[in-house]
Amino acid sequence: MKTQLTLLAAFGFATALLAAPQTFDFKDAKGINNAAFKVDAPLEAINGTANGVSGTVTYDPENPGATKGKIIVDANTMTLPNTMQQGHMRGKTWMDVEKFPEITFDATELKNVKTENGVTTADAVGTFTCKGVSKEMTVPIKLTYLKDKLSQRLPSMKGDLLVIRSTFTIKRSDFGINPGQMEDKVSEGIEISLAIAGASPVK
Amino acid sequence: MKSALRLLALAILLVAIGYWFAAGANRGWTKTSVPIKTVDDVTGIEGVTYQKKFIPGVEFLAAAGVASLLCAGFSFLFRTKPFAQTSNEQAPNPK
Repeated sequence: MKTQLTLLAAFGFATALLAAPQTFDFKDAKGINNAAFKVDAPLEAINGTANGVSGTVTYDPENPGATKGKIIVDANTMTLPNTMQQGHMRGKTWMDVEKFPEITFDATELKNVKTENGVTTADAVGTFTCKGVSKEMTVPIKLTYLKDKLSQRLPSMKGDLLVIRSTFTIKRSDFGINPGQMEDKVSEGIEISLAIAGASPVK
Repeated sequence: MKSALRLLALAILLVAIGYWFAAGANRGWTKTSVPIKTVDDVTGIEGVTYQKKFIPGVEFLAAAGVASLLCAGFSFLFRTKPFAQTSNEQAPNPK
């Protein structure tokens, strides 16, 4: 009886360990993670990317709805194909990256969670902070859990991967990005597309 | 000088249009780098890196047009040299 109880306790402990939420680190060693942004303009849309992505997310494969975490984008890595436009964008009038070097999304809750074959779609509720202004937002996200795939990406490591994708639009007037100015040349809406992979190495 | 400036104006315009066409006739803004997309096989994420490359856009054409107009405009500041007049008239016969 004592042996059976010990085995049961060990099984329970192992199950609890396996079901525990994992922490995924989004600092990408390969430098692929990026946040793309698009702003409409009369001549052509302004398309750029920022690859300075970091942050951590806790994800439980058994309970994806409990996912929480914070993603940080280094505003100094925002890049445009035209250096003059890039200078203006990073400057004081627009993003003022010297004073506000981080753009963050702190997800606190997932709603409308649907999971199928390791892919979860949901609406992430959290705080989006840009240019020092924080605003509560709900954004659609897609989480793809890739078990034991870390070694395929980084051969020296073993573990799991979590891919997060999200596309949403913010209003520049909401975040003090040159509000009310040049609206005929630069659209009010900024479309942001996030495609990032986080790693949870086995220790 | 007048002709030289007008020829220069024409050359600036033709070279700029030719270069613009050769570089892909970009009807957007000038680009100093181009995005190169790479797809991560494992995650399917599309990464972007930038390669330095000059692609002239509409403001390049506009700048060339302005330079060409200035050259052509300056040419009007120079007066056409009057031709030295030669006369076939015979000197009056002093009598």
